[in-house]
Amino acid sequence: MTVPTEPADPHERKNPMITDPPTTDLDDALTAALDPGSERIARLTTSLAPRADDEGLLDLTYRRVDGPHGPLLVAATETGIVRVAFAEGGVDQVLEELAEAIGPRILESSLRTDAAARQLTEYFEGTRRSFDLPIDLRLARGFRARVVAHLLEIGYGRTETYGQVATAIGNPGAVRAVGTACAKNPIPVILPCHRVVRSDGTIGNYLGGTEMKRALLAMEAA
Amino acid sequence: MKPVPFAQIVAEHGATVWAVCRSILSETDADDAWQETMIAAMRHLPDPAEGTNLAAWLTVIARNKSIDIHRRRVRQATPVADITAVADRVSIRTGSHPDPESTATGSGTIDGDLRAALARLTERRRTAVLAHHVAGYSYAEIGELLGSSEDAARRSAADGIAELRRQLRRRS
Repeated sequence: MTVPTEPADPHERKNPMITDPPTTDLDDALTAALDPGSERIARLTTSLAPRADDEGLLDLTYRRVDGPHGPLLVAATETGIVRVAFAEGGVDQVLEELAEAIGPRILESSLRTDAAARQLTEYFEGTRRSFDLPIDLRLARGFRARVVAHLLEIGYGRTETYGQVATAIGNPGAVRAVGTACAKNPIPVILPCHRVVRSDGTIGNYLGGTEMKRALLAMEAA
Repeated sequence: MKPVPFAQIVAEHGATVWAVCRSILSETDADDAWQETMIAAMRHLPDPAEGTNLAAWLTVIARNKSIDIHRRRVRQATPVADITAVADRVSIRTGSHPDPESTATGSGTIDGDLRAALARLTERRRTAVLAHHVAGYSYAEIGELLGSSEDAARRSAADGIAELRRQLRRRS
């Protein structure tokens, strides 16, 4: 950066000049001159969701919730919460799966997701023992839907074995399928698959990792 | 083609869409045009058809929405006030201070110098340059926006670019 020795006018004296002005990539520089800035885009995006919703164009909204075991993604349809995902590795892959399964009109917004975010935070802080939220179970059909719906009946601080869940939904032979259904629970934490454990007393697998399952159960037992 | 979550489209192309709108509209009108563009795009999902260049597709929608708003503004204005109104709208982002000194907020940067140089262009040349080179409006469309012929719009853009190059070279 140099100061011109012979400023062409008084204005320029205050402006140290660059040494290498754009000539070939002027188009890029012109585009940069019209850059809205990330804050404006964020503001515009925030007001886009309610408007899209008014016009019936919003398949899903989502937001991130920071929990003690890493970030979660919470997504909601018009019906209710449809997906909770562990988002340690970013949200892109989850959003792409949702776009394919439900629809591509997805926006980040507190619309529809606000209550879930608040209740999840309260749950992780230990001040909430049950969730009061509309749920959309469309990502778990048939047998899997029956399994995850039953999870709501396993109260805070309690556990059931995979076998007990299989019996409870009237299919006592389907222990392994119950395990699969829990592993594919689209709404973990809110539908508490972490409360389903092995009959030998070990805690079994968990979408968010065994450590997280152990931590959640320990928190609820406290 | 797998459907692209619209949130990713907004994150990737939102700034480009705004630049297209802003090249011929005020900041407030550009915000409106941006929203209308995104709503229109959402209405078209999950098509665009396979292989569509999303940036190009959005840019076309943004240009059309911006021209609509521009026409609406021109219709609302009286013929005499029109030229001034258009001039106000095409000043660049920091153009609320037409004085080049205060416009060059990024002094010492390419960005700041370019802003200052843009601010020194006539409104007509500035509109032609930004609308064509940033937003890809055709000279026929720009001619209509400026109330002149296609050829005059092409000349304004060429003269504007030449003047920008001259100004920026002089400062080196």
